[in-house]
Formats: sequence, C-alpha cells, structure tokens
Amino acid sequence: MIKGTVKIATELCKGCELCIAACPQDCLTLTNNINLKGYKFVELKNDTCTGCTNCALVCPDAVFTVYRQPKASLKKAV
Amino acid sequence: MEDNLVLEGLEVVYHKPDTLTEAPFHYCPGCGHGVAHRLIMEVVEEMGIEEQTIGIAPVGCSVFAYHYMKIDMQEAAHGRACAVATGVKRLLPEKYVFTYQGDGDLAAIGTAETIHTVNRGENLAIFFINNAIYGMTGGQMAPTSLCHQVTSTSPYGREEKAMGFPLKMTELVAHLPGAYYVTRQAVHTPNAVRKCKKAIRNAFEYQKENKGTCFVEIVSNCPSGWRLTPLDSQKWLEENMLPMYKLGDIKLPGKD
Ligand SMILES: Cc1ncc(C[n+]2csc(CCOP(=O)(O)OP(=O)(O)O)c2C)c(N)n1
Ligand code: SF4
Ligand code: SF4
Repeated sequence: MIKGTVKIATELCKGCELCIAACPQDCLTLTNNINLKGYKFVELKNDTCTGCTNCALVCPDAVFTVYRQPKASLKKAV
Repeated sequence: MEDNLVLEGLEVVYHKPDTLTEAPFHYCPGCGHGVAHRLIMEVVEEMGIEEQTIGIAPVGCSVFAYHYMKIDMQEAAHGRACAVATGVKRLLPEKYVFTYQGDGDLAAIGTAETIHTVNRGENLAIFFINNAIYGMTGGQMAPTSLCHQVTSTSPYGREEKAMGFPLKMTELVAHLPGAYYVTRQAVHTPNAVRKCKKAIRNAFEYQKENKGTCFVEIVSNCPSGWRLTPLDSQKWLEENMLPMYKLGDIKLPGKD
C-alpha cells in the first residue's frame, strides 16, 4: 500500500465536508473543535491515507498539503 | 518537529499554489468559486506566467478575485469584463489575459460584450462560472437558472413561458467563427477537477499561440443561493445542472 498523509490548514477550513466525501480511504472526519472563523474543521482520523490528493482537488479553500511515498522508495521496499 | 517525523521520507504531491495570496477566501463553505480560483492559479504557476498574466475580475461573489490571485488584475463594471479584457489585450498583446465571470455577469448584463468579444475572436480566455443563480445579491433567478428552479425571484419555480428558457451561452458562442476552443467543465468531483484544470491549461496554451477566443464554462454550485448544504448542492448539481449543461468539449480546434 502506498503511504501518504495530509497537512490540514485548519484555520482555513470551513467544514463543508466535501473532502470527507471525496476521500476513498475514509481518513477524514469533522471534529467538534471550532476554529477562529467559527467553523468546525476537518482532521485525519486514521493513518490509511495514500496521498491520492482527492481531498485537495475538491477543497474550495485550498486547505490541504498532500504528501506521498516517492515511487523510488516503493520499489526498494518490494 | 512533529511534522517532520510523520513526513519523513514522503514527498509533497500537492500544495496550495504560490500564485494564491494568503488571504482566506470569503466564499461560503463548499462554494465552487474557491476551486475555480485555485485551478486557474495552479495553471498560471505551472506555466510560470504569473508576471505576464492579467486577470479581469467581475461583479458578483467573485468581485474580490484580485485579493486572492497574486497577479495583475483589473476590476470591471458588472458584465463588462470581456470589453475590458479586449482593451487590455489589444494594448498589451504579449500578456496572457483572462476574464473570470459568473453567469449573472456574463450571461445577463454582459451578454452583448461576451458575444461580440468572441465574435471578434479576441485572443484571450473567458472563464465562465455557471451556478444558475445570482449568488452575491441573494439568490435571484439568472438566465441560466433551470426550468422550475425555485429562486428568490421565481418563488414558484422558473416558468419558461414568462421567464424564458435556461440560456446556454457556451453552445451559443461556440457557433461564432472567432471561438477557437469552447468547453464545459465542472468542479464537483476529483475527476471533474482534473479535467477542468486541463481545459484551463488548454485555454492558456492556445492564447500563447494566438489562436483566438477560448471559452471555458465551469458548472459550479451555490449552496447558499440554492439553500442546500454543500454536499446536497453537489448532488443537486449532478442531478439537475448536468442534464441541462452537459460536460465536455463543444468546439475543438480543427473540428467544427
Ligand atoms: C450595473 C449593476 N447592476 C446590478 C448589480 C447588482 N449585482 C451585483 S452581483 C449581481 C449578479 C451576480 O451573479 P453572478 O454573476 O451569477 O455571480 P455569483 O454571485 O453567482 O458568483 C448583480 C445583479 C450591480 N452590481 N451593478
Ligand atoms: S473540503 Fe476543505 S474546507 Fe471543506 S471541510 Fe474539507 S478541508 Fe474543510
Ligand atoms: S453566495 Fe453562492 S456563489 Fe456566492 S460565495 Fe456563497 S455559495 Fe458561492
């Protein structure tokens, strides 16, 4: 499995939940915490992220930075 | 640092483009304007043309586009973005020029400017955000609103006999000889976003080659104007907007 993760700029998140629906790995969840703008924001809930970038593609507020295991290191692992 | 621990050995595969400013978007949660802004600025960044690009902002919810796009921008009066873009491009033909306009801006008050700009084949890009409503002013009916769509000015639904049919501006301008590349895209799913970005890239590449007007419609949502949650608005878009506004290329170079 390709390993990835995301960094979430929680202060920019508006809790629209579009990323949650777009994530094929079901890694994202809306927390009950509230940011300075007054929105509930999204957090990673597990480590199954593959770095597919789907969340970043649909997020209207450019909240995500997405990281993924480089292809070269994948070969080494095999 | 905790971050580095988690991220050790991983590479960045997506980041917010540096061509967007730090200013948080003022758009409602889930609004497609944010995605459309980001895609245009990703393309500008990837082509390395941030110093040579001039955007024309509309009136509508995206009136403050110039706060977010880190390039030279000019605000135009409601509906006049295409006329302003024509002036800018003719004066500075070496620049990349684009307009960013909502459907109220482009297809209602700006209909004449839009049609004549495409008819002249001005060498610029028009990005047309169609959310089937006037978002900024409180969800009034737009020329693009669907038959039976309930808006604040069609409380019983749009009735075609009295209020006309949804205006397909994109099909309309595709008939004009000045139009070089005309396509309709959307930003409601990851795949749609990928395709939309490609279309935006095409529009800039054709402009580089002096090909004429490129017109990219982006079917978008307005959760606030539609009175829906962001997730429900995406569903509504798919079920109601897309049958009327079919996605795909409408005029491709070399094919008529
Ligand atoms: C000359 C003029 N007429 C009317 C208005 C009022 N007005 C502001 S925005 C707007 C429509 C915006 O709708 P749209 O272009 O679809 O953009 P959206 O807000 O949906 O993104 C109108 C009618 C105005 N600002 N100027
Ligand atoms: S799509 Fe973006 S703004 Fe919406 S909930 Fe996810 S991170 Fe937040
Ligand atoms: S009113 Fe509609 S178009 Fe305007 S920012 Fe809100 S969701 Fe977007």
